[in-house]
Amino acid sequence: MAAKKWPENWQNVNRGCVVFRPGSAGDYHTGSWRAQQPVWDNVKCIKCGLCYIVCPEGCISEGSDGYYSADLDYCKGCGICTHECWPRAIKMVEEG
Amino acid sequence: MSKRIGIEVAVAAAEAAALCRFDVAAVYPITPQSHVAEHLSNIVADGRIDAEFITVESEHSAMSAAMGASATGARVVTATSSQGLMYMHEVLPIASAMRLPIVMAIANRAVSGPLNILNDHSDIMPQRDSGWISLFAENGQEVVDMMIQAFKIAEHRDVQLPVNVNIDGFQLTHMVEPLEMPDQKEVDKFLPPYKPYATLHPDKPVSMGTFAMNDVYTEVMKAKDAALVNSKEVILAVWKEWEKRFGRAYEPIEGYRVKGAEILMLTMGSMGETAAVAIDELRKKGIPAGLLKMKLWRPFPFDELKKAVKGAKTLIVTDRAVSFGGPGGPVAGEVRSALYDQPTRPAIINEIIGLGGRDMMVEHFMEIVMKAAKAGRKKRKEAYEFYGVREA
Amino acid sequence: MSMPSNFKLVENFDLYAPKLTDREEYFCPGHRACQGCGEALAVRLMCKALGKDTVVTNATGCMEIVGSLYPTTAWKVPWIHVAFPNAAAVASGVEAGLKALRRQGKIADRDVKSVGIGGDGATMDIGIQALSGAMERGHDMLYVCFDNEAYMNTGIQRSSATPFGASTTTAPAGKVSIGNKTWKKNLPEIMVAHNLAYVATASHGYPLDFMNKVKKARSLKGPSYIHCFTVCPTGWRSASEITMKLARLATETGIFPLYEVENGKYRMTVEPRTPLRPVEDYLKLQGRFRHLPPDQIKVIQDRVNMEYRKLLNKVEHSKSWSEM
Repeated sequence: MAAKKWPENWQNVNRGCVVFRPGSAGDYHTGSWRAQQPVWDNVKCIKCGLCYIVCPEGCISEGSDGYYSADLDYCKGCGICTHECWPRAIKMVEEG
Repeated sequence: MSKRIGIEVAVAAAEAAALCRFDVAAVYPITPQSHVAEHLSNIVADGRIDAEFITVESEHSAMSAAMGASATGARVVTATSSQGLMYMHEVLPIASAMRLPIVMAIANRAVSGPLNILNDHSDIMPQRDSGWISLFAENGQEVVDMMIQAFKIAEHRDVQLPVNVNIDGFQLTHMVEPLEMPDQKEVDKFLPPYKPYATLHPDKPVSMGTFAMNDVYTEVMKAKDAALVNSKEVILAVWKEWEKRFGRAYEPIEGYRVKGAEILMLTMGSMGETAAVAIDELRKKGIPAGLLKMKLWRPFPFDELKKAVKGAKTLIVTDRAVSFGGPGGPVAGEVRSALYDQPTRPAIINEIIGLGGRDMMVEHFMEIVMKAAKAGRKKRKEAYEFYGVREA
Repeated sequence: MSMPSNFKLVENFDLYAPKLTDREEYFCPGHRACQGCGEALAVRLMCKALGKDTVVTNATGCMEIVGSLYPTTAWKVPWIHVAFPNAAAVASGVEAGLKALRRQGKIADRDVKSVGIGGDGATMDIGIQALSGAMERGHDMLYVCFDNEAYMNTGIQRSSATPFGASTTTAPAGKVSIGNKTWKKNLPEIMVAHNLAYVATASHGYPLDFMNKVKKARSLKGPSYIHCFTVCPTGWRSASEITMKLARLATETGIFPLYEVENGKYRMTVEPRTPLRPVEDYLKLQGRFRHLPPDQIKVIQDRVNMEYRKLLNKVEHSKSWSEM
């Protein structure tokens, strides 16, 4: 189902407030909450994928080259990935 | 072919649900509803229909489990009474807001305290604004018919709301009555399989019961109100179809000897039968009395009420519950406000009767009407009266 | 280079195990949980372990609010929320509905697991009756409690999961109070007493252990229960980046040991280094414990030592049950 016009009028409210678009929370970009962002140093990265596992947002993914990056539309800048990365391949840097 | 049998009404209510081939029943025992629960579980235990019976640990969980099951697309029945209904209260408006077409039999019983297990309507009245369709049965036949009608109404694509069928506790639930059990084939023809609007299944994942803030909550409430208001049309159509198929007519407000009646009495539930006998006696005495039996409480039948009271000088509204510190009985409160903008309207007398199982005999109803006839249009001091209360 | 203590260099399989998890996100980005929310992480991991053939019933609480703001949803698995105290009851109805419809051939003939989830308040306080009922009735369902030790969604009020000494908004530390005066209710033990197919404690601090437990519970027929420890930076007044570290410390200090109970038999799934780290290492990183004087920390240390010994005894004793 395509995204509807918002805010809705009462005739268009989905019955029972059922949401038919799984995963549509992505319409909202939580990246705007961020004060710092994670930056990867791929020289140090061992591609273990730990950062991907520990991200509460699920916004870190593996690229085609096997290295990881965060989707900055959603990254809230919590810093868990940086803290957990034991080869210390991730740094938190201030938002420019 | 329909079969005429003698059967306890609570058992008949369960049998009617079985005729509707429910998929899941979730019921917690409570007097005087327990026979419904027991019989539903017997039906499942004997494999008469392929269903699940959930022996929940409370009424709150009964309604919750019913909602979970209904959300998967199952046809769900439950039943309760009194404190059980009060305990369910939290989830009742959620069931209607989520548009889950659950059918619930309610063995109406007084609410504590003090504890009292006998019949009145003080359990259902606090649920008035829950957004459920609310039907009131007068006798065992109506219980069976309404239970079956309820599924058709609830599941109708233009309705999709839960329905409760109110059955006076003991006075009706525990009576053995001769009644017609519809034939399975006829019910199958009347009631198509449930086609849900959305279901919980991974083949098409949806989210149900989402969180709505002030930007849309008003619209959601308006939609829910419109669903209730618009359901009346479907209810009337279902009743018309029922009459055609089964030969028994249903109306939101059924009149009895209303022709030429100057004094009308309005009842809900099983007391209509006793009141009708009183009306017969009064007519014999030459008192122009008639009876209105309200079968549809929500959505409230405004048009039918206005039409029914036209020409009457006095309307006696009986209530079997109290809105403490309020307008008297909840039914009278609603009737008064429904008639307020009518250019001519009858004087309204509110009698609160039959609380906690207090007997109402034919002569009691006669006394109420004769007193009203004597008073004429003279205004009473009190807006309502606890009929038969012992005074110091 | 210092390493988190849950990583053992010799076990490269564990080290690269994240690569083997389901890449699909079922609890998606865009949810509005706080920065560094341990519960959001745990829910995300649970969903990965469960896979798509799952129906989640969510009690009212943080995860319900942050993931389902109409007209959007963070959930990619079928999801339902009804109210605060009844997630287990609703999930039991979901299970019954799916079972009846599947048997009648009205839906696809495959296993879809009904999973109830709730916070500590929804599970251990207001929802314990519905939970007990659903578990006792033997539904084929899993219930996961995400325990962050207080009513975080309403503003950090004390629950029966709140540990001794924690300062909360309804059990505040004050001139004559050390904060919460009761010990955390042991709900996993209460669940063990229900004779469930499977009971486990878990923590997002040990993601693979948690996911393995979820997978095991999912595969077993009948009711199972997982009590997942989740760190709440907002309610615990801790830095968001140490969410994982705090969860590990809870286990390394013996405060929240990770074990599983299968058919009544206890087994430690994560064996922390002994001697256990002092509880102070865990407490001092959180604002909610900052007011505790040394004598109270010792009271906590003694209690943790005792509880941990009790648990090890159960593990030791239940080993012999297989011979009976």
